Amino acid sequence: MMLIIQQVAQGLLGSDSVLSWILQIVFLGIFVVFMFYGQRIQMYIMIREVEGSLFKLRAMRDEGRKIAIAAINEIGKPQVDPTAQVDRFLDYFALTPVDLDPAGIIWRLEHLLDVADKRFKDDIKLMAPQADETQTNNLEMTLEVALVLNEIYKVIRHLYLLGKKTLSLYIIMQVQMILPLIMKEAEAHSSALKAFQLGQPIGDGAGALVAAKLMRNYEKTKVEKDIVVAKVPIEGRTAYILKAEGPGANVGKPGEALKQIIEQNEGKISLAIVIDAAGKLEGEKTGEVAEGLGVAIGGEVDKYKVEETALKYKVPVNAIAIKEDIGDAISPMRKEIFDAVDGVIERIKRLIRERTREGDFVIIAGIGNSIGIGQ
Amino acid sequence: MGANASMARRISPFLLAIIMITLVLSLASIYQGIDAYTKDDSLSGNLFLTMGITTLIISTYLWFQTRKRMLRLIIPIQPINTTVECQKCGFKNVREFKSGDYVFKQTEDQCPKCNEKTMTIGSIFREVKEKEKAREAGYS
Repeated sequence: MMLIIQQVAQGLLGSDSVLSWILQIVFLGIFVVFMFYGQRIQMYIMIREVEGSLFKLRAMRDEGRKIAIAAINEIGKPQVDPTAQVDRFLDYFALTPVDLDPAGIIWRLEHLLDVADKRFKDDIKLMAPQADETQTNNLEMTLEVALVLNEIYKVIRHLYLLGKKTLSLYIIMQVQMILPLIMKEAEAHSSALKAFQLGQPIGDGAGALVAAKLMRNYEKTKVEKDIVVAKVPIEGRTAYILKAEGPGANVGKPGEALKQIIEQNEGKISLAIVIDAAGKLEGEKTGEVAEGLGVAIGGEVDKYKVEETALKYKVPVNAIAIKEDIGDAISPMRKEIFDAVDGVIERIKRLIRERTREGDFVIIAGIGNSIGIGQ
Repeated sequence: MGANASMARRISPFLLAIIMITLVLSLASIYQGIDAYTKDDSLSGNLFLTMGITTLIISTYLWFQTRKRMLRLIIPIQPINTTVECQKCGFKNVREFKSGDYVFKQTEDQCPKCNEKTMTIGSIFREVKEKEKAREAGYS
């Protein structure tokens, strides 16, 4: 029996057998195929890679939608099923103003952003009638994150299908090359969903946290759209400290508030310090603090307003940045960022001592989303 | 967040078939290489063994790649901690985040040390593991 098996194996697999010839032909064939169709095979491998990421993006998009609907049902207690309204919201878009004639574009952009914000809030009030203001803000951010995930998924799907239809290596290559960065952003948004739903502080709120710590136990007044201001004595100077009102998800209009404070003081502000979370470069540590000049505000409208007013009254604007990457900025706040806050406060005090005299007025603006951060 | 499980399990049957065929071919090639060696045909032996081992490595790599892709689909839930501090005696307690917590919130909890209702949330944060930090740094 063993002999028969050995003979059969020898006949089939021996070095001078039929299979030996087949194998040699197969390997030669593979060589020829790779010579002529190498690029196409490479493209199919890239398409598969994009496809894999697309599945993951779809899973994230669906999860985002599910979390948003669950949050609305849980918090807002709607009379009707909000699914259709959520689906409508996820496809929402806003067109940017005409930039062919850039004069006045900032004001048109501001108007557009105001309208969008009002529209979002109105829609959420319709979807979740029983949500209070904080919950409405958190729901708004949850839905916005779900909207971003939907948008990312749709764009990558478009490029994937376009590449597949046209079999263009260059379309597929472009998507495949930027995919790691897109996936990183999508994953960050995905982990932000729970943070917004539960009202946890996020990395972007680092600036707001600094301001919150400084204004704690002092009287606060609400000024321009969702911004709170406190007058606090620091190092023998008077500081106007401002941040977006928390603990709901809010960024407010810090630019407008800063402008108002400068104008109310007729420009007699010796120093303005703007603190914000800033994108870190690879190799830099999360929570690293850096000082600089200029208006550290992400929103172009607010940045423009502060620059204009600072120029008019010749107010020096200093910036303090707390370094973090995009993933950390929109996911629950890391311990390193939290720990960096005390260091930032020390830097603020040093800046005030070095750049101003006793009795002067200064502004300290903590920029960022105030979700999960009271005052 | 646990990503869609049905999607996570999805591996193309076509890809699996290719991996299997390559694996069989590589094993057959290795057998032939050994067979050629036993017959003192070292030239064919070298050729078949090289082909066989190379293809075996490629198919194993492909197999591990598909496994890796499956594993990457699961996004872990990050634990969030809340630090509650007593404003009177400075007692600190770290606990898991609860819905409704926010920084500087006055809680209804009683301080276990001084028995006063002066507990305030001092911080809410997530801790990243050392391994992840090292991966982030990229070099040491």
